[in-house]
Amino acid sequence: MTATRNDKRGEVAVRLEKPSGAVANPARSRLLAGFLWGIAGVVSIALLWEGYKFFGPDNGVLIGELRVLPRTTDLAMPHLWDMMVRLAEPVTRADGALPLWAVVALAALLTLGIAAAGWAVGVVVGVGFALLMQRWRLAEFGLLPWIVISQTVPLIAFAPVVKSWGSRVEIGSFEWQDWMSVALIASYLAFFPITVGALKGLQSPDRIHVELFETYASGYWSTLKKLRFPAAVPYLLPALRLGAANAVIGAVVAEVSTGLQGGIGRLLIQFAGQASGDPEKAWGPIFGAIILGLVAAGSVALLGIILKDYRRTEEAA
Amino acid sequence: MTATSANAIVNGRSGTGARRSKGWSPRTESTLRIVAPISFGLLVLGIWQLLVTVGGVDDYLLPSPTSIVAELVEFWPAVVSATVLTGTNSLLGLLVGSLVGIVLAAIAARWRIADQMSAPIVAALAVVPIVALAPVLNSMFGADSQFGRQAIAAIASFVPIFINTLRGFRQTKPVHRDLMKAYAANSGQMLRSLTLPTARPFILTGIRIASSLAVISALVAEYFGGPRGGLGSLIATSAASSAYSRAWAYVGASIALGLLFYLATLALERLVLRRVPTGGSR
Amino acid sequence: MSDQILNSAALTEAQRTAGDMDAAAVSVRGVNKQFQTATGVVHALEAIDLTVSAGEFVSLIGPSGCGKSTLMRLIADLDDPTSGELTVFGKTTTQARLDQDYGIAFQQAGLLPWRTVAANVALPLELHGVASAARRARVADLLDMVGLTEFADRFPDQLSGGMQQRVAIARSLAEQPRLLLMDEPFGALDEMTREKMQTDLVRIAADTGAAVVFVTHSIPEAVFLSDRVVVMSPRPGRISQIVPMRLNAVAGREDRSDNLREESSFFEMVTEVREALHGGAADGTADEPRGARGVDTR
Ligand SMILES: Nc1ncnc2c1ncn2[C@@H]1O[C@H](COP(=O)(O)OP(=O)(O)O)[C@@H](O)[C@H]1O
Ligand SMILES: [Mg+2]
Repeated sequence: MTATRNDKRGEVAVRLEKPSGAVANPARSRLLAGFLWGIAGVVSIALLWEGYKFFGPDNGVLIGELRVLPRTTDLAMPHLWDMMVRLAEPVTRADGALPLWAVVALAALLTLGIAAAGWAVGVVVGVGFALLMQRWRLAEFGLLPWIVISQTVPLIAFAPVVKSWGSRVEIGSFEWQDWMSVALIASYLAFFPITVGALKGLQSPDRIHVELFETYASGYWSTLKKLRFPAAVPYLLPALRLGAANAVIGAVVAEVSTGLQGGIGRLLIQFAGQASGDPEKAWGPIFGAIILGLVAAGSVALLGIILKDYRRTEEAA
Repeated sequence: MTATSANAIVNGRSGTGARRSKGWSPRTESTLRIVAPISFGLLVLGIWQLLVTVGGVDDYLLPSPTSIVAELVEFWPAVVSATVLTGTNSLLGLLVGSLVGIVLAAIAARWRIADQMSAPIVAALAVVPIVALAPVLNSMFGADSQFGRQAIAAIASFVPIFINTLRGFRQTKPVHRDLMKAYAANSGQMLRSLTLPTARPFILTGIRIASSLAVISALVAEYFGGPRGGLGSLIATSAASSAYSRAWAYVGASIALGLLFYLATLALERLVLRRVPTGGSR
Repeated sequence: MSDQILNSAALTEAQRTAGDMDAAAVSVRGVNKQFQTATGVVHALEAIDLTVSAGEFVSLIGPSGCGKSTLMRLIADLDDPTSGELTVFGKTTTQARLDQDYGIAFQQAGLLPWRTVAANVALPLELHGVASAARRARVADLLDMVGLTEFADRFPDQLSGGMQQRVAIARSLAEQPRLLLMDEPFGALDEMTREKMQTDLVRIAADTGAAVVFVTHSIPEAVFLSDRVVVMSPRPGRISQIVPMRLNAVAGREDRSDNLREESSFFEMVTEVREALHGGAADGTADEPRGARGVDTR
């Protein structure tokens, strides 16, 4: 069920045919066309925004009491160029204040770090669970239904409660930091898709391959290393990417609900509070959050390029 | 070459045992599939209750299941109204997201350019934290409006529905398309008798996945301000005032809501696909 | 290339004399195999007795579902018999598997898609700790033997079905097994490729001196390749007849070439196997719907 949320689009299947020299490569030009149309798509969203702002009524479109299209005042829908200009301006009027984009970038970096920590924990735990369930079918029977169900319920609702744990955990000199609560929630969200994807992947080798390894009298670990993990790569990569996206979402939400300072979640709330006087400012952290998600998922996509040999079966699909 | 057989013996440890011990009979297996998760669930619940009552784990850290149930009973009316509010937001979001997702996917399947234009946007929507839009949506639609939450639920459910539907529209087999062409079927007939039936299981799978996302997003959006009264804001306020058992009771309600959405869409999927032996969704 | 093959043949010969020459390559005594399924018990094999001597080429032939794959899987220790006894070179099948006494090839090539051709052939050597220099040399020999040297760095999806199957055969020969188990290895190939592969296999089997147990659907294929053809009948799977091949035109199996396919002794043997097959299968319909499992249906 996780795999469905990840389309395989955007991952360009590179088939190694004979290199066809410098002649204009049809695959390459199709790629370029796709790229240009993609940009056109983004631009058309921008045009839609400005067009509606220009033609739409100030108070939005209401059906009865319900406003179905937004207000078009500068307060509700700032011009895109004003948002861009605002990014370059100092964040406050105080002397020596950093430009907005720098503040957003610093906050995004912090959130990215927390999300990455959460993601790493999610990977370790998720792959661990998958190994357990692959090895012992009873473990799969007992655990998997719970894992699938927990994917369908809003476990992120726990976030405000997790904060209460933080202040109370103290083991020796180790003291629980607030950011760890955030990372814990992020790891929680990353864990589910990774577990399910890893399990699917580890179970994916064809029977013929499993039996081949059996005829080689190959032990558990060497079968894992030479067969199960390589075969799991096409399943693991989308799961890791979804896990990364989830970790970012979890980190942002957890920052908001635990009130952690310094991250992008906090900025979202803080700048939205100032929106009545400075509406463009609220968009700064939104752009930051978008870029954050793209960077997180993009880093995992890079991993996919490194592991491209293990993804040869994907191309046929 | 000489090393091979010696090494084979060294490496061959696990070879025999593991494989054959798995030989459960079909009946044992289907029994275990039901018994194992239930006993695991009961085990966890038992350990939890024991930890709290006997093990002396702080009630702040982990309220006992019984005290959560007590809170649930005490605040029942508030729980119900909060669940209805958040549930309505999720449902509206899911409906709008499904409609928009299916229509746009149909357009993208029909016109390649639409597909190419939407590809980067959908890919981005799938990985960015959409809830980040909550604050500005509140100011665009008015701070007293639930619209922002519904919009976020709609965007969140749009993504899997669009992706799955588009995939479904692409599943028609060349041999079937050729057949329709040979019958000189027009595009409406093609859609009715080939494309839609093929895509149906995929659309339903998309809706099932989206149902959970809609609830999660509608709930989380409440953390980002706006009118109170939904499950998300009540969890946040209860936790902030250290009423942890009550917070857990609301968490329980939101879990029930998510499960309700999931099971309802699962039932819809089963119901619609029951007569059609495609089995194509997964 | 013939140099290397002669070398490896000589080596195998040395191994064989040093080892248990007297033990049969495969010995099957009174073997029964039943599967418990949701719909009841399937008698896949009943009272099977079969001996394959060292260096002998034996084909198993019979309609779908007569238990050919099951028998092969029992020999390979991929399944356990319900009753009866199997030995490979005088050892239990498990011990023979742990000692890597056999190589195996299935109907599908079963190459790992993320490994190059060379790395696929090297897989068993790698798993058994052969040093990388020795591994490279051996892989080069094997690819030469199956005529795929230029394709060493390709990936399986860049090869035709016939080439993939040749890689799988090279892989099954990697550790110079004294026994080769092959389950319809040419089943998915076109007739032309198939004949070429048969000719190659005759040569390779003769060069390496390995015993071969070969499952096939095709009568001419069985006749062309084998010393003996084991004819089986279904429900329950039984050996109905064992037909020794008397192809008088040629002295040794290694001398069989495409010419043989046009000789009268060849046709006589084809007829004999056909009659054995049809006599044995008289009690059942020829083809049952391709059933649940088994290597070849995968
Ligand atoms: N794992 C299994 N479980 C249940 N039945 C099986 C299994 N493997 C094989 N069979 C049954 O045993 C019989 C023989 O199968 P098989 O050896 O694959 O036949 P062949 O290879 O000659 O076509 C068939 O009826 C098949 O359905
Ligand atoms: Mg078979």
